[in-house]
Amino acid sequence: MNDPHTGFIVASYALTTLVVGGLVLRAVFDHRALRRAIAQLEARGVRRRSARREKAR
Amino acid sequence: MPRLTSLWNLANPTRFLGLADRLLPWLAALAAVLLAVGLYLSFFVAPPDYQQGETVRIMFVHVPAAWLGLFMYVMMSASALGTLVWRHPLADVAQKAAAPIGAAFTFVCLVTGSLWGKPMWGTWWVWDARLTSVLVLFLMYLGIIALWRAVDDPARAARAVAVLTLVGVVNIPIIKFSVDWWSTLHQPAAVFRIDGPTIHPSMLWPLLVMAVAFTVLAIALHLAGMRNEILRRRVRSLRLMEAEQLDAGVEPAAGAAR
Repeated sequence: MNDPHTGFIVASYALTTLVVGGLVLRAVFDHRALRRAIAQLEARGVRRRSARREKAR
Repeated sequence: MPRLTSLWNLANPTRFLGLADRLLPWLAALAAVLLAVGLYLSFFVAPPDYQQGETVRIMFVHVPAAWLGLFMYVMMSASALGTLVWRHPLADVAQKAAAPIGAAFTFVCLVTGSLWGKPMWGTWWVWDARLTSVLVLFLMYLGIIALWRAVDDPARAARAVAVLTLVGVVNIPIIKFSVDWWSTLHQPAAVFRIDGPTIHPSMLWPLLVMAVAFTVLAIALHLAGMRNEILRRRVRSLRLMEAEQLDAGVEPAAGAAR
């Protein structure tokens, strides 16, 4: 790509990759952290009422 | 009314989480394949424009980002109605999860538009109707995200955000028709027109594939965001329950100390 405006094109795609990548990573890390937090709370014996009912069945 | 019934069945967060867990890998894989095909078409199949040269390739990320900025807001507005009118339990979850995604794509639209404008128009920014109304959309997203964070109770925050979202929906037709209603530096619509697209098929197809790829990606991100929001609320309620249990255990000792 031999164009005088290559820098503008590269910057556009780089920014898009950065933002979309950020959204994906945020979703993945957020999910892991929340699952971990729930596991820790449940390990301490804190359970939702519906989970307790399911366990009792 | 089988469709309505199934929508209400999904109101059960546990059932929704199961569905999201099953759908997400497929949606992510589909988005990755479509993005790979779209990028190949954008860089190796679409020809340079006869006037803009290679710079036209910015269009393949700018236009899908703009489309998603609008799409996510329309989705948030439908969810706002779901919160206020039908009181669907997942409507505010959908609304909250959509805001950062919509804001991110609107941000991409604004910056890539600026990067496209400088070499083509000779300026990074003009205060014309299209650019200004998209900036207002971005500020609306930021305001909505700020309001979610300002109110602790999710149910109260949801009603306030729903009202704000519905007020802001007036901006959507302004963005769409700004290029027709006012004289703007931004070009008029070239794809969604009554008389058909004015773009050559060699550029239109890569653009459409990229738009579909971005849309599938946004839907996957939205589903993942909704799943995380349900889990976040679950963590919140478990922590409250734990605090109540601790309080109950501490009370007698505190009483004895009196």
